[in-house]
Amino acid sequence: MAQATGQPHFLQHHFTDVEQQRESAKLGMWIFLITEVLLFGGLFCAYAIYRSWNPDIFHNAHVHLDIFAGTLNTVVLITSSVTMALAIRSMQLGNRPATLKFLITTLLLAAVFLVVKYFEYSHKIHLGQLPGKFYTFGGIEGTNPHIFFSVYFLMTGLHGFHVLAGMGVITWLIVRTQRNAFSAEYYTPVEMTGLYWHLVDLIWIFLFPLFYLVG
Amino acid sequence: MNELPTKSYLNDPKGLKSWLLTLDHKRIGLLYLFSIMAAFALGGIFAMLIRLELLSPGKDFMEADTYNQLFTLHGAIMIFLFIIPSIPAILGNFALPLMIGAKDVAFPRLNLASWYIYILGSAFAVYSMVAGAADTGWTFYTPYSTETTTSVISMTLGAFILGFSSIFTGLNFIVTIHKLRSPGMSWFKMPLFVWGLYATAIIQVLATPVLGITLLLLIIERVAGIGIFDPAMGGDPVLYQHFFWFYSHPAVYIMILPGMGIISELISVFSNKKIFGYKAIAFSSLGIAFVSFLVWGHHMFVSGQSELAAMIFSFLTFFVGIPSGIKVFNWVTTMYRGSISLKTPMLYALSFLFLFTIGGLTGIFLGALSVDVHLHDTYFIVAHFHYVMMGGTVMAFLGGVHYWWPKIWGRMYSELWARISVALIFVGFNVTFFSQFILGSQGMPRRYYNYLDQYQPLHAFSTYGSWILGLGFVIMAVYLVHSLFKGRVAGSNPWGALTFEWTTASPPPHENFATIPETTHGPYDFDKIVPKRTLTED
Amino acid sequence: MDTTGTIFLPPGQSTISGEVDALFNFILFASILLFLLVVILSGYFVFRYRRRTVPGTTYGKDHNVKLEIAWTVIPTILIIIVFIWGFRTFLKMRVVPKDAIEIKVTGQKWFWSFDYPEGVNTVNELVVPVDKPVKLLMSSKDVIHSFFVPNFRIKMDVLPNRYSITWFEATSAGEYNLFCTEFCGTGHSEMIGRVKVVSEKEYGEWLEATAIPAEGISPVEYGARLYQSKACITCHSVDGSLNTGPTFYKKFGEQEMMADGSSVKVDENYLRESILNPNARVVAGYAPVMPTYQGILKDREIDALIAFIKSLKEDTTANDE
Repeated sequence: MAQATGQPHFLQHHFTDVEQQRESAKLGMWIFLITEVLLFGGLFCAYAIYRSWNPDIFHNAHVHLDIFAGTLNTVVLITSSVTMALAIRSMQLGNRPATLKFLITTLLLAAVFLVVKYFEYSHKIHLGQLPGKFYTFGGIEGTNPHIFFSVYFLMTGLHGFHVLAGMGVITWLIVRTQRNAFSAEYYTPVEMTGLYWHLVDLIWIFLFPLFYLVG
Repeated sequence: MNELPTKSYLNDPKGLKSWLLTLDHKRIGLLYLFSIMAAFALGGIFAMLIRLELLSPGKDFMEADTYNQLFTLHGAIMIFLFIIPSIPAILGNFALPLMIGAKDVAFPRLNLASWYIYILGSAFAVYSMVAGAADTGWTFYTPYSTETTTSVISMTLGAFILGFSSIFTGLNFIVTIHKLRSPGMSWFKMPLFVWGLYATAIIQVLATPVLGITLLLLIIERVAGIGIFDPAMGGDPVLYQHFFWFYSHPAVYIMILPGMGIISELISVFSNKKIFGYKAIAFSSLGIAFVSFLVWGHHMFVSGQSELAAMIFSFLTFFVGIPSGIKVFNWVTTMYRGSISLKTPMLYALSFLFLFTIGGLTGIFLGALSVDVHLHDTYFIVAHFHYVMMGGTVMAFLGGVHYWWPKIWGRMYSELWARISVALIFVGFNVTFFSQFILGSQGMPRRYYNYLDQYQPLHAFSTYGSWILGLGFVIMAVYLVHSLFKGRVAGSNPWGALTFEWTTASPPPHENFATIPETTHGPYDFDKIVPKRTLTED
Repeated sequence: MDTTGTIFLPPGQSTISGEVDALFNFILFASILLFLLVVILSGYFVFRYRRRTVPGTTYGKDHNVKLEIAWTVIPTILIIIVFIWGFRTFLKMRVVPKDAIEIKVTGQKWFWSFDYPEGVNTVNELVVPVDKPVKLLMSSKDVIHSFFVPNFRIKMDVLPNRYSITWFEATSAGEYNLFCTEFCGTGHSEMIGRVKVVSEKEYGEWLEATAIPAEGISPVEYGARLYQSKACITCHSVDGSLNTGPTFYKKFGEQEMMADGSSVKVDENYLRESILNPNARVVAGYAPVMPTYQGILKDREIDALIAFIKSLKEDTTANDE
């Protein structure tokens, strides 16, 4: 669409001004985050129900999770949230090299998170601490201990998938930043990804104590 | 004489590619129109086959398994592929930006993506038909749905994907309504259809993710046997029902609320009368949206939930009824001292009033605990649901389609044939479904392939009704298609309405308005303004 | 309560049916009034204010506080009455009288079986005494079913992982339909049983007669009786017609193709296996859906059934009713 002269190139044709476009994106992102919370909400609900039915299993099974790995991942993810925030801050100041640096750090930290998760998962698979009919581990007292691992794999799996998706978006941001698509006037995609990334972080902050600490 | 504009969104730009990659909300609305109508036709054919099989007890022309698959397909297609997206995705997409004086929705790319996601989801649903269609009913209750050998996965995966399409549409509409209203259009100057869409969008955004995770769990349960809903492994099948209805009850308001919005437009415009109780109608939509999240348990009064839970859910259920009742009274009062024109859209609006009132009142029977025990899972439910969904939403949808048809295409349909069709649909619908109220309260259970001889006369009656209904729809398809080529040119405002979409050309240009319109009056100020009509009354 | 039924409701024959029907009829009456109000008013307005000429401006009053309060408050009062009324009867449906006879109900694809405290077991036929509360302790062996007797106005889901409870007290002797109302697959609409309400004396006699296996009749006759009472008839015909399972007609001694491609001679041992472990070898073209009768049929009953199936080999006029 032909733009009226003086309109910035990043303004889409159906918005009247930059402010309106930015506000719309922000509102849209918040609504999207609400749907994410509700998506996980269903699983948190399932967690609460099965935990209240099988408190003993949840206790006996949770000691088999690796608290060290969990703590490490918590630290990693919180740090990545900080670097993400710093990336946004740098872009607001128009400092492109710093933005790039922080985005890459965030991406690497996300990768570290997944690598740690990979080692945890493969250890569990090796021992047969698996959901449902795949459960073969013998060392947990109580009936149906596989329920704990069903919920564990579902929730951490879905969360891991979100980390993976976030990594995809951050990679796209890195490419775009390199191509000079953002500036101190226009950094909405970076800001929106930041919101998403904080949510992913926040969900982990709930998952970690629920599974690793209180079990 | 009216003339079609030489350049409109329909022909500028040209070419298939320009349609498939379009970001124009009007074109996306049309893409939805064609695909959703295909789904409606498919679901309708299944319905006719079901009724035909039920003409007499025992086997008429299909096996029990085929029958079970057919009613599942009918339900799943009508719910997930037709009625949930119908009004928001077709008419909402087309009319919402026009009505609030915007050039487009807030996120046009997301809008197009939602259509492609709809097509992808539908593809899975259609694939499940060829790959041994699911036979679980559209509710996919566990443990039956985890045990049956039919293709439950592809159907539920389809519904899961369609959920994203619905979320994207809802998200888009909320942001559009918040941020893109034209200068001067305050919240209480918005047309009521926009309020209806807004309340709908809130439910779409809040409830659909829960359905998503539920269907995902069901799929994982079937594929991997994780035991979440499997009683043999310590899981609970009733938990599935809770999850499912937490979405699916609000979902019926996703279906009805935008319909109510359309009815508000139609009754006001065709009575040439200011709507009665604007704020009451607007707030009751939000009220319904809110309470709808708290009543899912009324689907499980006989599932063994506690008496306390049953009491609470029954109590709250009644309170969903009140705002709906208020709306009906407001619509009736709007007609008082108006100037009522019985054009086709108004006939649909009156049909809606008649049928939806029956649908709503029969809901009172089902909310009353002791009576629900008798009526639960019988044909009474089937009849109630069809009176609300088809007598309500579909009538409103058809009214809306006829109302905006001249805006969409620039041409009028044949009023005579449209009236014949609406008469057939109204009569056929009542014959088909009123008999089912009696069948149900007499004890006929739903989802029965075979039935006892004592129910035969009413079943036959219902089947005859379905033929009248089918004929009405065939006539409609013919005259609507015919109108695209031969219809009288409508001009910008054939009905004499006051909302923004009637101030621009029919069909509108690519960016809707030559200049963004400014709000100077309310959407229904028929007491102050005499609208300019581009067609004379006849 | 014993009512004769209306156009909407079948005759009510339990102690709670009267209360349920009263509320049903109250709502029906109130609904018809409200419905007429809406329809007559709209009809009148449509006629009285029909468009005659091109309209100018119209009447602009768009609110009326008194009217709006009235149409909010009056329906609210109505529904509160309905709510309380419905809940009170519902509680009665849930609270089982102490002196009730307890019968265990098992739902499975696609029949009902009933276990009496006296050790009697029946399939698809629930015999109960009149004017005596009967408690049903129900569970399912496979998917969810739902127990529904329209004449008694009771319904309760039957779940696989837990017990659900309902009760009724029949008020008049007779035979009533029992439906499954939760969709459970191919034979859902065939999962129909009968509730036989008899006098207390007849009930005692029936219990005694049924507790002792049939004496003095031939195994074939006994098998024919079991064929019906144990619900074989739901899926297997005896006249060669198609159904969920293979017909019994002229099957004994024949070679049958199995689903896995092998071939089996239908003899006593295959029949016995098919009753106790039905899905071990399934005839080609049929789904492996039959439930096991292990624990439901005694050896003597299996013998009788096999004798009955054998008799269908030559005897084409076997009683298939």
